[in-house]
Amino acid sequence: MKSLAELEAIRNKAKGSVNLRKDDNAVRIVVGMATCGIAAGAKPVMTALMEEVAKRNLENVAVTQTGCIGVCRLEPIVEVMVPGEEKVTYVKVDPKKAAEIISEHIVNGRVVTKYTIGAAQ
Amino acid sequence: MDMVRGHILCCGGTGCTSSGCDAIIKEMEAQLAAHDLEKEFKVIKTGCFGLCALGPIMIVYPEGAFYSRVTPEDVKEIVEEHLLKGRVVKRLLYAETVEEDNIKSLNEVDFYKKQKRIALRNCGVINPEDIEEYIGVDGYRALGKVLTEMKPQEVIDVIKESGLRGRGGGGFSTGMKWQFTYNSQSDQKYVACNADEGDPGAFMDRSILEGDPHAVIEAMAIAGYAVGANQGYIYIRAEYPIAVKRLGIAIAQAREYGLLGKNIFDSGFDFDLEIRLGAGAFVCGEETALITSIEGHRGEPRPRPPFPAVKGLWQKPTLLNNVETYANIAQIILNGADWFKEIGTEKSKGTKVFALGGKINNTGLVEVPMGTTLREIIEEIGGGIPNGKKFKAAQTGGPSGGCIPTHLIDTPIDYDSLMAIGSMMGSGGLIVMDEDNCMVDIAKFFLEFTVDESCGKCTPCRVGTKRLYEILEKITSGNGTMEDLDKMEELCYSIKSTALCGLGQTAPNPVLSTLKYFRDEYEAHVRDKVCPAGVCKKLVKYEIIADKCKGCSACARKCPVGAISGEIKSPYTIDPDKCVKCGVCMDTCKFGAIIKK
Repeated sequence: MKSLAELEAIRNKAKGSVNLRKDDNAVRIVVGMATCGIAAGAKPVMTALMEEVAKRNLENVAVTQTGCIGVCRLEPIVEVMVPGEEKVTYVKVDPKKAAEIISEHIVNGRVVTKYTIGAAQ
Repeated sequence: MDMVRGHILCCGGTGCTSSGCDAIIKEMEAQLAAHDLEKEFKVIKTGCFGLCALGPIMIVYPEGAFYSRVTPEDVKEIVEEHLLKGRVVKRLLYAETVEEDNIKSLNEVDFYKKQKRIALRNCGVINPEDIEEYIGVDGYRALGKVLTEMKPQEVIDVIKESGLRGRGGGGFSTGMKWQFTYNSQSDQKYVACNADEGDPGAFMDRSILEGDPHAVIEAMAIAGYAVGANQGYIYIRAEYPIAVKRLGIAIAQAREYGLLGKNIFDSGFDFDLEIRLGAGAFVCGEETALITSIEGHRGEPRPRPPFPAVKGLWQKPTLLNNVETYANIAQIILNGADWFKEIGTEKSKGTKVFALGGKINNTGLVEVPMGTTLREIIEEIGGGIPNGKKFKAAQTGGPSGGCIPTHLIDTPIDYDSLMAIGSMMGSGGLIVMDEDNCMVDIAKFFLEFTVDESCGKCTPCRVGTKRLYEILEKITSGNGTMEDLDKMEELCYSIKSTALCGLGQTAPNPVLSTLKYFRDEYEAHVRDKVCPAGVCKKLVKYEIIADKCKGCSACARKCPVGAISGEIKSPYTIDPDKCVKCGVCMDTCKFGAIIKK
């Protein structure tokens, strides 16, 4: 180790991974992964979400899954929970929409209204 | 690109290792592979979470699901339900963490709520065998700051200002110790770490070394820079194999990353570390004996002065601190002396780690701010005494400490308050006793330990503790006299004032404090020939109440020495001469007809 900058580089690399273990203030992206969700294609959606998060090096974002929330006809469902904001539910998500949700909602902070459950109904 | 979406943290401390965490980790890896999830989840073996009573422990993030008492058979369910489908396996969750079907954050659980983790901050959070995880939680930044921005005297000033005191038991100002070593002029100096934790029931240092070994390595390098030493030794007992192994891995990684070795951070400062294994003699926790042992001689203490800061290892100035003391250093450097001073009491700053044991629900490791009361530790964090029994006393400081009785349970725990009531902080063992513990027997237990561990170099300790033990033996057999109690007290004071080292000087504490607070129990043994708690076998008598006995013969059949006789369907009797007081008859009787007197 020759400089603080070198240490800082390793720290930044490792920090994202260790941060996952803190349960405070993380943005949570939850994918419905019950039988209905998986049948409707939730797995590729989840993979797309994770790839997008990794690609953009987003910190404090946790991608996780949940069971069936009851509106199986609208699966795959993705819920985005930003601390301090109301939960946003996206429906009939596919990998392309998933990438858009990350870039628009998570990065730019603009809810993608056209994909939300409100728009679908 | 792969992204890990979840971490599975398995406790790999000694407690959970002995309750089988390795088998669970193996099964978890196999199950992840079987479900094609091995790229999405990372299994991390961490250090101790502190809640050893509930081991093996597993935490799954990001949900923060805290699974307790996991078995290899449970793993499949966790993978299929939780990891695959996102349904937390509720039946395995630690009950305290579930509230109205929601998972509470661990920090809100009673056990963790009142704790403040500085020395244990990374235990159970990072993988101790991966230096990058330590760097990820700000590791080695303090060393970087010290080497690039601070002069040695500035480092010492921060430590002095923080008010940190030695966590090994003595409570001497750490900053002063550094200053003395810095002031000693010599061509060669050393720093050393005392990891020879030997008190019965204490495992703070072990857990730190197992869970966060780099914290100690970083602090020793900082200390080396501050006092002017380029070589360090960690003296650890060979009975801590997991800690020794992880420490070895950590040192090798630190060398590989250039955080040990030549010209660290391009500052011109060289520092390296070596591990020295102790054979497990209690006296080697005493600083001069430890130094003698590192040099390769028999571990015996020598008179002080000269103190190690003047003449230590190979007659060179040596800085010797305890593991827990070192574990605080990097945090103090990063957050400043004022931050540290905010925590604790006027004269005892910061936190203290305690190993909770004995008659308590949450056996394990806790770290609390100085000044927390014994009641808070026992009732709130420790979850109280099992089986509805009543609290009788707490023993702090191991064989060097004393017993704290019920009426002092609200004493704030810091160095000086404990000293004032005849106990001591010690390294941090905290053994809780209930009404079923005999205080004379407890004193005898600790004396037996010191008699065994006395190195024999000085007479007061070698002969004095033996004589003390013999008097206790006499009292617990029912042969003691009232004069014995006075004689014992006098002997205690002479050992205290004449023994060579800390081991002998503190050895009478368990006797003195129990005599002070539980004299009635001693008198009951001497005068009435009874042991009120029913522990001292020679004073206990088992009897069958004729009215309650149905004559079923169950006890007679179980008695290992054939001391119970009688006719079926009429009351049985116990022959006191044959009885070995094992208590099997009492456990066997379904009618409560056997009593212990």
